[in-house]
Formats: sequence, structure tokens, C-alpha cells
Amino acid sequence: MTQTLTDAEPLSYEEALEHFDPVLGFEVHVELNTKTKMFSSAPNAFGDEPNTNVNEVCLGLPGTLPVVNGKAVEYAVMLGLALNCQIAERCRFARKQYFYPDTPKNWQTSQYDEPIAFDGYLDIELDDGEVFRVEIERAHMEEDAGKLTHAGTSGRIQGADYSLVDYNRSGIPLVEIVTKPIVGAGARAPELARAYVSAVRDIVKGLGISDAKMERGNVRCDANVSMMPKGTTTFGTRSETKNVNSLRAVEHAVSYEMRRHAGILASGGTIVQETRHWQEGSRTTSSGRPKSDADDYRYFPEPDLVPIVTTAAWVEELRAQLPEPPAERRRRLLAAWGFSEQEFRDVVAAGLLDEIEETVASGVAPSVARKWWMGEISRLANARDLEPAALGVQPAMIAELNALIEQGRINDKIARQVLEHVLAGEGDPEEIVSARGLEVVSDDDGALTAAVEKAMAENPDVVEKIAGGKLKAIGALIGPVMKETRGQADAGAVRKIVLEKLGMEG
Amino acid sequence: MTTHTHHLTRLTAAEMAQKLRAGEITSVQLTQAHLDRIAAVDGGEHGIHAFLHVSAEEALRTAAEVDDLRAAGGAVAEALHPLAGVPIAVKDLIVTEGQPTTAGSKMLEGWMSPYDATVVTKLREAKLPILGKTNLDEFAMGSSTEHSAYGVTRNPWDTTRIPGGSGGGSAAAVAAFEAPLALGTDTGGSIRQPGAVTGTVGTKPTYGSVSRYGAIAMASSLDQIGPVARTTEDAALLHELIAGHDPKDSTSLPGEVPAFGEAVRTADVAGMRIGVIKQLQGEGYQQGVLDRFHEALDALRAAGAEIVEVDCPSFDYALGAYYLIMPSEASSNLAKFDGVRYGTRVLPEDGPLTIERVMGSTRAAGFGDEVKRRIILGTYALSAGYYDAYYGSAQKVRTLIQQDFDAAFEKADVLISPTAPTVAFPLGENDDDPLAMYLNDVATIPANLAGVPGISVPGGLSEGLPVGIQFLAPIREDARVYRAGGALEKLLSQDAEPLWAQAPELAETEPAAAAEPAEAAAHPAGK
Repeated sequence: MTQTLTDAEPLSYEEALEHFDPVLGFEVHVELNTKTKMFSSAPNAFGDEPNTNVNEVCLGLPGTLPVVNGKAVEYAVMLGLALNCQIAERCRFARKQYFYPDTPKNWQTSQYDEPIAFDGYLDIELDDGEVFRVEIERAHMEEDAGKLTHAGTSGRIQGADYSLVDYNRSGIPLVEIVTKPIVGAGARAPELARAYVSAVRDIVKGLGISDAKMERGNVRCDANVSMMPKGTTTFGTRSETKNVNSLRAVEHAVSYEMRRHAGILASGGTIVQETRHWQEGSRTTSSGRPKSDADDYRYFPEPDLVPIVTTAAWVEELRAQLPEPPAERRRRLLAAWGFSEQEFRDVVAAGLLDEIEETVASGVAPSVARKWWMGEISRLANARDLEPAALGVQPAMIAELNALIEQGRINDKIARQVLEHVLAGEGDPEEIVSARGLEVVSDDDGALTAAVEKAMAENPDVVEKIAGGKLKAIGALIGPVMKETRGQADAGAVRKIVLEKLGMEG
Repeated sequence: MTTHTHHLTRLTAAEMAQKLRAGEITSVQLTQAHLDRIAAVDGGEHGIHAFLHVSAEEALRTAAEVDDLRAAGGAVAEALHPLAGVPIAVKDLIVTEGQPTTAGSKMLEGWMSPYDATVVTKLREAKLPILGKTNLDEFAMGSSTEHSAYGVTRNPWDTTRIPGGSGGGSAAAVAAFEAPLALGTDTGGSIRQPGAVTGTVGTKPTYGSVSRYGAIAMASSLDQIGPVARTTEDAALLHELIAGHDPKDSTSLPGEVPAFGEAVRTADVAGMRIGVIKQLQGEGYQQGVLDRFHEALDALRAAGAEIVEVDCPSFDYALGAYYLIMPSEASSNLAKFDGVRYGTRVLPEDGPLTIERVMGSTRAAGFGDEVKRRIILGTYALSAGYYDAYYGSAQKVRTLIQQDFDAAFEKADVLISPTAPTVAFPLGENDDDPLAMYLNDVATIPANLAGVPGISVPGGLSEGLPVGIQFLAPIREDARVYRAGGALEKLLSQDAEPLWAQAPELAETEPAAAAEPAEAAAHPAGK
């Protein structure tokens, strides 16, 4: 018997795609942000002392029984609708049975042959605007497992000195979204992978059904990858890279697996059907446990729960309440605001769509709103190590600041100072301007004219240049005037006075 | 020893409640009398051994509370539940805070539940002194209580015989005057069959009508908690107390609890159509059992009942379906007992201490043979490739049985059969023959598969041992089994003492350690 080759040097990305076509599949787990757990009244909360958000039900103590969280069902239906799925009129939970210490009952209550949502799709927009349709096989409800921490060098249960288990996460409601095999993405497969997970994250965030923080595991992705020789249509053996928990990692993991599969297949080897672990440091995957389609979880309908029935009226009521899908909203706003594609992408990446939309709604021009949020506010947030949206600046404040500028009562520079005072809790912009006497020096009492005259007297060479037609030289007078007026002069007014003095037209 | 209070234990719960209300006795006296009786007959080599744990202090404390409230008179006394102060025993499958719960298994030796079952909460709210926890086949798996990890329970009618199972402890406690009332659980007959062989009354309520929250699950779709008592009236009163919707149990039915006690008090079978199930008589039934059964039919007919025969052909497959569904669900329900979080943990004798090996050695040492047999059966039946043939087919049979019931209840208001095919058999007789043991439940299992209510009432003696008669009614018509059962009870005790009162005296032994007499002295009679 010959040794089967199951490992080889990965090909380069280009080489891999020269010979093979990738087939992808994703299982994305979304933790719902309900107040309580899926089947118990214990709190659903992140970051608390281990094993404090538990009760006898989510610990699976003898005699306990589950009760379905109605809010979680509602959220699952909303998600199903947002994924363009059919909603089951009647569905059941099943027990997925396996012995592992992160599941206190040694079964996970999940859905098997009767998911609550099925047969959907999501149109994924790639960076260049190309739209790729990903078919959704199903979205089903289940409960999360507890969190295991393995002490020792291996970091895995095998070979650990000991393992700690935190059941705070045990029983938190999840929706698992499973795609159909995704064929035809070719070289754009990693980009599509990233965009798909990003789209799911945006949807659940927009629906308000999940905190959607990948770094906290609110959205977790298992990425299935296989490669088939170009020109063929039979899928190859797949690997499943588990818990890839950032958008960048999803992209890299898919890319790496494509290259690894291609390397093995090109050497005449065989892909082992297995789970893989993503290694952030080396940007590679490592072998997990073998997984076959015949893994026997001895599923059977959960006898402690009655079937879930969704009425058409209720589903339609939820559908009517759905927010605008994120992709549609982005298209609408891009057209309305007139930003360049790059400007718009930067706004999305900065997470400032909501803020700019609200600022615009308060009467500020889109380009001005963008300048505020992407400029000064982002700078202040950065200095405080915060997300811009988390800085505490309200869109209404920006509208107020902007109105003060448009009225000529303050200039841009003063407005930036006012913003800092706002953040320091001194009140709203109007109050700060009057309390601190920041209003632009007007020329009602001749003070500005006096300051301009003084600057012209002190800079005859500049005056000469201006008189000679070099209007740009006016800038050199602005500094001294600002100095004289402690920054409260309006540059436009200064210019106007200079030109008047020289008998020139602006 | 306690002869002056001995008579207190030989009453029905309804009589006890009446005497408490009338101020003729105190709950402390009543409770102490039962603790004395337990001390006298439960222990020792040939004792009944109905109890795995006796909670004298807690029971007397509850009793004293009831006495105080009663003594306060007025609205406070009026507000007491009719059964307040009447002691009760609880099957050790039902979890109790502050008292151990073992499920009859080494696996839960020393385990204390941090919460009460819903039915226990109801007992506490109604202030029934809880005497302790009763013996059972391990995890309720058996028909003889011989499969308890803590020793057998003996039948008070003949201490060389089994008290039935799995709730042999609860039935024997009631039959031996150790407790007037008890809670049981019935998955395939575990309340009714022990009732039959100990001459007591046991009801399996409609599935979903009594909360299962806190009953350690054997087979979730079949399990039901129910009352164990001496009379149909007592069972009905306890049933009223424990029934009702529970938001903690998703399979719990909504709606008001019917007046079962009233159904017994006005029991009459005149004009009632009683269906004899063709499949549940004849072959496999002892002649003595059939004789009592036919006498019961004669009595009912004489009282005006219309006896009809109903055909339930799918009942022939009930036992087979049951022995696929029950072990399938049990194999899953018992997976949580792995030594990781609570209960027994057994380390492997040698080799590495991996999680799999610790789980394996814990389960190997913690479970008895009958439990292992069912876990293996169930695991096999749910396995990929076998599911449709076994679990799937069994569920189809279940549907057919429900249809048989539906058809039968078109022709009859209630159905009747012997509860068990035999009287109590000798201890150890079926040790090596699990199939013979399983056959004991042939008449009781169909009700669990269909979710319908059933009752077993005493039907007389055969060879000096009790025979039980079972009545079955449609879903949510539990009142009918009380009406029919209550009527038969009256008919059979017209010319004789009721069967429960004929139970042997049993030799009372001086207990090694009396059950806290000081506690009783603290609450003198007449307080």
C-alpha cells in the first residue's frame, strides 16, 4: 500500500488559479443580543465574571427544561427575511448530541431538518461594484456552547494541563447562516469571502439583533474551501477553517486554503476532509480534527420543546418593520451625496454613515458634514483612542457649529476650538461662543479696519505686491490681523478691507 | 411504642385533613406519627425500605407552621390549603432543595439540587410536610424497584415480593402507612403498576397537565408526575394541588385545573360507556387477575354502566415502540451525567486522565446494568442509518396508537383493563430476564404513548395479593378516570373494608435511632 500524499508546498496564488477553480461555502454564526439566553432566563451579557450569568437551566442541571426565547425567534425571522429567505410556517428544535465539556447537557439544542429560514440569497457588492449573488441554504436557531480555556502549551484540549470552562456563553442564542456552495468567484474568491461576511455583519448590525463585534465573537465564520481542476464541475474535498474572526482573516484564510489545496492536488495528493485552525501569526491554517459527512450526532427532535409556529401575518408585520438593506442604503446615499467612490468607502470604513446621514438631515451640506466627521472629529477621536462615532459628538452639534460659521459669527478655526469645548462638557456651541467671547470680530466699531491698517502699515512690501496685482499676497496680511484680533477676524472681511483701502475690486 | 398515635397513620388523607381542620389532631402529631411508623417499619434487614432519605426536622418544622397558622384562626387558618399539614413522600426522581436527590443512582450520590421541582414548590406553598424521598429503580428504569443502587423496596403485603416499579418506594410507603400521600412519576406505568401490586391508587395525569420541571427526565415525551394515595379521593385532591400550567415547562398545557375531588365524590357509572380493550386481556394475564377484572366489570355493569368491547390493534406494537422511544430519549437525557460538573466522578484506574476517559469511567461505574442496557439500546436506535427504521417507525406506531384511542373513545367514555398482568412477583424472579420484566408494563404503556390519563384502583386480592384495575380516558379528561375509579372503589368496598385498610400490620421494630423525638416535644399536642 502506498502512502497517500496529504501535504505539499502551497502554490502561489496565480499558479493555483491557473489550474484550479475554488468552491467556497460559509457557516456564519451570529450571537443575538437578546436580554436573556435562548432557553433560560439567565442574562445574555459579555465580559462578566466567569460562570455568573448562569442558572440551573443553562447549566443543564438534572430536571431542568428549556423554554424558547420568543425575542430570539423574532430576531431569527428578521434575519431570515433580510437574507431573502423563506420562513418556515412550522419548525422544530433538535438535539445535536456529542460529549464535550463546553455543552453542559452533552447535546446542543439546534435545528436539524427543519430550519426556521431557508432558500435565500444575498447580493454581494465587490470593491469595483461588481455584484455577486451568494445563495443561502438556511438560517437556523441554536444555542452557543460554553467557552473553554485550555491551560498549557498546546492551547487545545489534547495535551492541556487542565481546562477551564465558562458557561456564561452557554445558551446564548445563535443564528447559523449556511450558504450553498459558491462557484465561479475565481480569483476574487478571497475578496468575495470578506465582502460576504462583512455584508452579513452589516445586516445584523442594521437590524439591531446583534452587537456584531467580530473581535468579541458576536459574528464568527467557518470557511469551507475546495478546489476543482479547471474545466471540471465535480467539487473537490473541502476543508473547514473554523472561527475565523476578522474580515481580514477571512480573506487571508480563504486565499491560503486555495493555495494549500492547489499545492496538494497539483502534486497528485489527496485533500483530507478536516477542520482547520486559522493561525493569525503565520497567516496559515493548521490541521484540526478529521471531519466526515458521517459524523453521527444522533439528531432527534427535542422532546422538551413544542414546534415553533410562525403565522403569515406576524412574518409580514416583521417584514414591514425591516430597515433598508445596508447595500441599498449605501447605493442611495452615494448617489445623494455625490461623494467619490473612494470618499464614500472611507466613510463606510470609518463607520460614520449614520452620523453623516443625520448631520445632512440637520441641514448641513454632505461635503461639509463629511469634512467635519472625517477631519476634525476623527482626529479628536484618534487622539483619544476612540472610534469617531463613539466620541460623543452629536450630529445636531455639527449642524449648530456650521450655522454659526455660515452666519459669519465664527470661522473654521474658532469652530474647531468650540468643538473641543463642547467635548469638555461646557455646553452647546452657541453657549460656548457667547460665554467665551469667541464671536468673530466684526467691523461695527472699526476695530477690524484699525487692525488691517496697522498690518498694512507694518508690511509695506506686501502692500506693494498686492497693489501690483498679486492678490495672493493678501494672505501674508491675514496672519498679523489675526494676531491683533486674537484669531477672531474673518479672513473674507480682511480681504475686502485691504482691497477697499487699495481702491481695487475683489 | 407509639401506639397512642398509631391510629393516625391508618386514615385517608382526606380524613387526616378533616381532623386537622376540626382541631382534633395537630400536624405535628400527625407528622410525628408517620416518622415513628417509618422508623418502625422502614429499616432493618426485612424492612420496607421505601425511603432513601427521611427529613424529619424539615417535616416537623412545616407541620408546626401549619399548626401555628391554624391556631391563629380567622382568615389565616381559612387560607390554608385543604391538605395543609398532611404529610407526603416524594419520589427521589423529583428534585428538592435542601434534601438529597439521587434518582436511585450512584451517579447522583450526595447531590443536592439548588432548586425545587415545580410540584415541590406547590407542596411547600400548600404546606404539606415532606417526610422524605422514596426509593425507585435507577433513573426510573424498571418495574420492580430492584434496580435501585440503594437496595430493594419490599411489598408491604408480602415482604418477599416486589412493590412494583419504578415508583415502588412511593407505593410501598403509602401501603405501609409510612405516608398517606406520595408523588410518583409515570413513563410507562411507574405510578400505576406499583399502585396495582400494593393495593393503592395511582394516577398518570394527561401528558402536560402536571409540570415536569424538576423531574429528572427519563423519556421526556412520556414522563408525567402524578399522585400516589390510598383512595381515589386522596389522589384527586393531590392531583388538583400539583396540576396546572407552568411556564417553565414548554409542554405544559394551559387551562384551569378541573375539580377531581368533586368527580370522585359524585362518582357514578350509571349510563357510562366503559370499553374493554380487546388487546389487554387474556394471554399473558394471570387467571386471578382476570377473575378480579371480570368481577369489576360485573359490578360496574350492575351499577348501570354499559360495557362495550373496543379494538385497539396497534396496541400489539406498543411495547416494541415504547422500548425504542423510551431508550432513545433516555440515552440523550442521561448524557449529562458525565462527572464533569456534579455528582459522582470516577477516575480511570490507570492511563492518562483525559476528559473522554474520565467521562467513560464515571459512566461505567456510576450507572447500573439496566440503565446501561437502555442507553446502549437508545444510542443504537438514534444512530445514523438506523434512525428511520427504529425511532422513526416507533413514532409512526405511536401515531397509530393515538388513532386507536381516538376510535375507542368514540365508542366508550372510558376504557378499562387490568393494570398489570400479574400480582407482585417474588424479589429476584426476573433478574435474568429483562424482557419478562418489560412485559409487566404491557397494559400501562399505551397511555404514555398517547398522552392520555390513566388510573389504577384496587380490584381485590388474588392469592392474598392486590390486583389493580386501570381506567383510561381521553386527553384532558382526567376527571373521567376519577369518576369511574371512584365508582368502582365504592362498589368494591360496599360489603368489605377498603383494600388499603386490609394491608398487613407489619412487625414494628424498635428503631435504632428514633426520628428526633425532641423535635416533637418542642411542639406539644394541642398547641
